[in-house]
Amino acid sequence: MPAPPGTLRELREALEAGATSSRALADAALARAEALQPRLNAFAGLRGEAARAEADEADARRRRGDVRSVLDGLPMAIKDNMVQSGEPAACASRILEGYVSPYTATAVQRLRDAGAVMIGRTNMDEFAMGSSTEHSVFGPGRNPWDPARTAGGSSGGSAAAVTAGIVPAALGSDTGGSIRQPASFCGVAGIKPTYGRVSRWGLVAFASSLDQIGAIAHTAGDCAAVLETIAGGDPRDSTSLPEPAPAYREALGGDVSEVVVGLPREYFVEEGVDPSVLATVREAVAELERAGAKTREVSLPHTRYGIATYYLIADAEASSNLARFDGVRYGRRARGARGLTEMYERTRSEGFGDEVKRRIVLGTYVLSAGYYDAYYRKAQQVRTLLRGDFDTAFEGCDVIATPTSPEIAFRLGEKTDDPLSMYLSDIYTVSANLAGIPGISIPCGFSQGMPVGLQLLGPALDEATLFRVADAFQRRTDHHARRPPEIE
Amino acid sequence: MARITLAEVHDVAKLSRLSLSDAEAERMTTDLDHILEYVETLRELDTEGIEPTAHAIPLETPMREDRAVPGIDPELAVANAPASIATAFVVPKVIEGEDEG
Amino acid sequence: MSASDLSKYETSKYEIVIGLEVHAQLRTESKLFSPAPVTYGAKPNHSVEPVCLALPGVLPVLNARAVECAILAGLATHCTIHTRSVFARKNYFYPDLPKGYQISQYEFPIATDGWIEIPVDDGEANAAAKRIGLTRIHMEEDAGKSIHDDAIAGSDATLVDLNRAGVPLVEIVSEPDLRSAAEAGAYLRTLRSILRYIDVSDADMEKGNFRCDANVSLRPRGQEAFGTRTELKNLNSFRFVEAAIAAEARRQVEVLASGGEVQQATMAYDASADRTRVLRLKEDAHDYRYFPDPDLIPLVFSREEVERLRAELPELADRKSMRFREQYGLSEYDARQLSASRSLGEFFEATAERHGAAKPVANWLLRDVLQALRELELEIDESRLAPAALASLIRMVDEGKTTANSAQTLVPELIRDGGDPEVLVRERGLEAVSDAGVLAAAVDEVIAENAENVERYRGGEAKVLNFLMGQVMRRTKGKAAPGSVRELLVARLSDERP
Repeated sequence: MPAPPGTLRELREALEAGATSSRALADAALARAEALQPRLNAFAGLRGEAARAEADEADARRRRGDVRSVLDGLPMAIKDNMVQSGEPAACASRILEGYVSPYTATAVQRLRDAGAVMIGRTNMDEFAMGSSTEHSVFGPGRNPWDPARTAGGSSGGSAAAVTAGIVPAALGSDTGGSIRQPASFCGVAGIKPTYGRVSRWGLVAFASSLDQIGAIAHTAGDCAAVLETIAGGDPRDSTSLPEPAPAYREALGGDVSEVVVGLPREYFVEEGVDPSVLATVREAVAELERAGAKTREVSLPHTRYGIATYYLIADAEASSNLARFDGVRYGRRARGARGLTEMYERTRSEGFGDEVKRRIVLGTYVLSAGYYDAYYRKAQQVRTLLRGDFDTAFEGCDVIATPTSPEIAFRLGEKTDDPLSMYLSDIYTVSANLAGIPGISIPCGFSQGMPVGLQLLGPALDEATLFRVADAFQRRTDHHARRPPEIE
Repeated sequence: MARITLAEVHDVAKLSRLSLSDAEAERMTTDLDHILEYVETLRELDTEGIEPTAHAIPLETPMREDRAVPGIDPELAVANAPASIATAFVVPKVIEGEDEG
Repeated sequence: MSASDLSKYETSKYEIVIGLEVHAQLRTESKLFSPAPVTYGAKPNHSVEPVCLALPGVLPVLNARAVECAILAGLATHCTIHTRSVFARKNYFYPDLPKGYQISQYEFPIATDGWIEIPVDDGEANAAAKRIGLTRIHMEEDAGKSIHDDAIAGSDATLVDLNRAGVPLVEIVSEPDLRSAAEAGAYLRTLRSILRYIDVSDADMEKGNFRCDANVSLRPRGQEAFGTRTELKNLNSFRFVEAAIAAEARRQVEVLASGGEVQQATMAYDASADRTRVLRLKEDAHDYRYFPDPDLIPLVFSREEVERLRAELPELADRKSMRFREQYGLSEYDARQLSASRSLGEFFEATAERHGAAKPVANWLLRDVLQALRELELEIDESRLAPAALASLIRMVDEGKTTANSAQTLVPELIRDGGDPEVLVRERGLEAVSDAGVLAAAVDEVIAENAENVERYRGGEAKVLNFLMGQVMRRTKGKAAPGSVRELLVARLSDERP
């Protein structure tokens, strides 16, 4: 099947054929971003002139025959929680109003060094806390397939920007599913690599032991091209893995006849999941079988404890990570406060949204004297059990297939009044973050006209097998080639 | 029985340097109580003797050589500050008792 | 009975129990978790980079040299070194704490269970040493500095400078083994000497890179259980530490004597009033919410690495002092003085080796050289006096080529500018008058001009000889060897006795 329109690969081939220029691509991306902004609210900010100038440089390089990489001259976007020197980074929060970073995130720097043209910053849930891009100072992000529905979150802006054909690829960050779930809701591919694969230097921390940068694009192959560029050890991140970035694209085009796909029995129960989503995922698994993959049931017995464990650990770390937003060195300070304590309290109360405050309070509570063992330490012990589940499961299979989300994109406002129901929608994604393993979501069908995502999980460091299986699936199907009707 | 009380929410908010209106605090108490009720499912699990996992990756912390690089331009260091005098940050007067160190 | 009498009386009933927490700045080029330079006295925020400012997205990376320094400190204080330790976050809000937490070690410190020996003799010779236990040594980063100067910041503002934020420290916590303010002082001096010996810290209180908090409690003499303790914060000079502990002990005695109870609290010492006051009570204690820092993986090193560092440890003061006594036959006092700093001990040995006899070298160093250094406000390693030069100077005195007086006058110059003593003695005309004719003439002149005193001497007033000697020395401008002068004078005075 030829590459569908608007993919990274297709745009690269057009550049190579001289059919378009980087400047034309950047102009088109910026124009489309602006045109669709009222409808999708996918962007937190656009770079306009800077992007155009960088596109011109890329064109000049190409004319000289000095092409830096497979990404050279291609328009991309980054999530609003990654910093670039001289540019704002607000994490969709009022508290970072006006902030301009004096340095650049490693992942972003690697894209820029590869020649990619950043056209702007995408909308997100404030500090990546949320599953719907509704908790944003820029207003809610919307799903290109149905603007009354969420694009998912927290990397909803990145997923929507790719889905709507504004950029062929974007960076997201995934702490508990924040790349995979919006990719699933929007019908695009999203990879969360192994913890430590991509440097977190310059990614504004939500939960340091869970956060990981990854890519969103139409195809697994495009995700591989981006991940190859940004992965690899970084001396400025103590948690980055020293291994150099593997050549992921070599995994593409392979066959899956030797691959054993594990189906966790705890994920394929009717309870708490939309039956049509489950049916769509089962059909995707059948497609993999038709491609030659073997399937077998595996067990992840502690799955039901994943959400509780995740929220305790993530919020504890977040409560500490967000202490630096105090109105002293940067960001927005409340006016007219008398005394230091009042300045702190008003700055933080005015600057953070409700969801962020809720998590800071919960995280502070579970770390406080008398509760640490019962909550935080307990959660870390359960984390050990959850890791053990995957170690055991991967003894009998190469990848694990699950739904990415128990439902299709929900309606805006549907869950904002019930934080717990919002948290429960991450049930299938949080375990990968707790275990540090890679996961990819690829579009595998539609339900009620909305995309459904198939999640593939692999053992630590084995993104290559995920790409191989996802690519094999996408070569046999065309879900990823479909575009939202009204904005084609 | 409530898992978290309004008074505890106020205490924790103070510890987090957040000031909550009464309505916010009540709403938050309800939400957190709901979440903590859900979290109680963890109690079913016997975790006696299980090592806690702080990191998913079994690594040792890398170290860097003790070599200094020049700091950033002091003007740039305070460029984002809401208030500064020369190259120092300015905060409201610290009153005794606010000293947490 | 006055209050102070009461205190004295009551004090004798109680035993004071002290434990010290020392923060020592490690000697590194860059900060603990960032490559920003460690500087002293720079203008505000002139020594910071994104990590020190806690900018969004920054991450810590551990300084290997700081870890070595902490291990060395642990080894030099007989601690158990833990090859796996964990950095934790200590969470609290303060403007000079940019991240809103301090990276420290909590549950799993790098070193525990050590001891050091302190002298408890108040300077008297041959007194015993006392062993003080160390609970733990852990690594942590320093905070920045808040400037509360109204003249600069205005009366309603505080300035924040983050140059110091992130500077590497070790916190060294003692057991409650100290029993007087003087012992606390001796402990601090010994600890400082050790840290300087092993070259891991300048341990300079004036510069704030050696700071001390003290936990103080009282208990009736003979009672085993400890009383309620208070914590004295920010004691920033040796004099302060002892005065503050004494003041806090007095306060606690007064509380107990009036039937009250000591409350657990954090105290500050007001030097001008020589009193302590409550900063905050235990009820207001902070909940620091320590948890393992998820940005840092556990610190792990090998036993071999520890042994490599142990092999690098220099001989420390107590062992060196013992060796000086045995090897050079020095008194305990001299041996301890000469081993008080590593550079002085090394200077002594180098000089003694060149000179051949240790005792005169020890005397010259402890008397003339140290005095000149004090006057010049220099340390021995800042001096330009070479061991060979000092040995040569002393040998010239031994051989009568110059006098001790003349030699002494050259010491400050040699310290300041260096040089060859033989050349200097010649250039300055400080050779001893050894010409028998010149000396005899001077003696004869003095005898002739001081008939009255000569008579008194001959009449049995022996001490007049000193006066006559002085006259001869003056006539020879101090260049005559005193021994020769005395010998000749005594001979002539008895020769001419009628």
